[in-house]
Amino acid sequence: MKPLSVPERLTKNRFLLDEEESHIEVNQEIAKATGTGKLLVACCPAHVYAEEPDGTISVEYAACLECGTCLAVAAPGALKWHYPRGGFGVQFREG
Amino acid sequence: MTQTAEPDFEVIVIGGGVAGCVAAYQLARQGRSVLLIERGETPGSKNLSGGVLYSRGMQQVFPDFGTEAPVERRITRNYINFLNADSSVAIDYKDARLADPVNAVTVLRAKLDAWLSERCEEAGAMIMPGVRVDRVLTEGGRVVGVQAGDDELRAHVVVAADGVNSFIAKEAGLRQKEPLNHLAVGVKSVISLPRETIEQRFNLTGDEGAALAVVGDCTQGVGGGGFLYTNLDSLSVGIVVRLDDLTAKQKVVTDIFDYFLAHRFIAPYLEGGEVLEYGCHLVAEGGLDMIGEIVMDGMVVVGDAAGLTLNTGLTVRGMDLAVGSAVAAAEAIGDALDRKDTSKAALAGYRDKLFASYVGQDMKTYAKAPHFLEAERMYEQYGELLANVLYGTFNLDTQPRQHLLKVARRCLARSPLKMRQLVRDGIAGVRAL
Repeated sequence: MKPLSVPERLTKNRFLLDEEESHIEVNQEIAKATGTGKLLVACCPAHVYAEEPDGTISVEYAACLECGTCLAVAAPGALKWHYPRGGFGVQFREG
Repeated sequence: MTQTAEPDFEVIVIGGGVAGCVAAYQLARQGRSVLLIERGETPGSKNLSGGVLYSRGMQQVFPDFGTEAPVERRITRNYINFLNADSSVAIDYKDARLADPVNAVTVLRAKLDAWLSERCEEAGAMIMPGVRVDRVLTEGGRVVGVQAGDDELRAHVVVAADGVNSFIAKEAGLRQKEPLNHLAVGVKSVISLPRETIEQRFNLTGDEGAALAVVGDCTQGVGGGGFLYTNLDSLSVGIVVRLDDLTAKQKVVTDIFDYFLAHRFIAPYLEGGEVLEYGCHLVAEGGLDMIGEIVMDGMVVVGDAAGLTLNTGLTVRGMDLAVGSAVAAAEAIGDALDRKDTSKAALAGYRDKLFASYVGQDMKTYAKAPHFLEAERMYEQYGELLANVLYGTFNLDTQPRQHLLKVARRCLARSPLKMRQLVRDGIAGVRAL
């Protein structure tokens, strides 16, 4: 089977994007000071988080699969993460 | 006052997964007024599991489950696989008795949970999809309803069935942030393949199914394992890795997933398949230690939200425990509503019923399993030792043969494993699993 990149795999999913509101917010200072930033990048199966050249963490919230792993590994205060508003976000057709 | 005078519903269930749907169904069948709130566009659309449901409990709730529910295959083949980079040793357990009565089935949750919520509606529950509950309403420390956006809805009892992340249980103070060794992340793809190909590849007939549980090289040394389950015309394939070990070893979770799918002993199963969907899910692995308070004034917590999952090394369970906890909760809530007292003391029957049932009993029986399965050597060294002993036996290199015991001793001497670890793990394993 041809290996797919994470973005290629995500195109197979159905997403309803909430264009008005992101459900994820990184506190850049705390993320950097605690090492949370690198953990978010390594642990997110959807590659929502990426480290930018200036060391900040960018967030592609539209790709979120809503597992909550990021919140579990984040240091206190480094990450605000909740579920998207009702009806938005990933909508599994298989599950 | 132990109850609100005029609530909108007797019971509000937050979350339309297995636990939430079964609780809503049981309560509706008692004749209670029940509202089930689900944040997905449709029930099931936020839900994902590895894929094996041990279905006997479900069968008790829905006697027609075996014939009517949208399940994939009846699991009659359990394949337990120690995987190394260049070798693989497995126990291949097939048993026709597992098909009748049906013991376990593969499921795809978007389909299963949609069916479950239809049963709830038929039984008289109201389903409200596409709505996220933001918080529970409290009065004097007692839960009296839920808030969703600007809407407030009141009930005598709220059932938190909002999954492993349970913001509701955390906000109510029933659960704290879990230590990372209690949590794992599962990553999975559903891969389509023709029915006949699956049946040929896995040696199956009709709607029989196979469940492959893999430990060893599949997770690049991180505590956890791989799985491969057969659906009717697709495969569910993925990994589950413990978060404490993943972060300590500084591995990238998707690298591990890619490595597993490309493994020389896994890739041939997937050949020719197309990815249908990609998903992930947090898994509670703390066992009995993770179940904290599950009852408070006006609220109970069920399923994943209550930390009810079990990894016994051989069986990995969650959905059957969700069913059992929902059944116990619905009975206790019914008793409390009859007595017109839904205080914590009145709802405490839930905990008693839970621990009297297979759910609580099994959580106790396997209380030592999480600690046992944290031992690093489970994930690499045992598989290699097994393969080396077999290699020493099968590799007839024209040197004079040695008895199996000698081969095993030589392999053990070369392995980082020590005899006393082997003995200790053997005893601990027999006790824990």
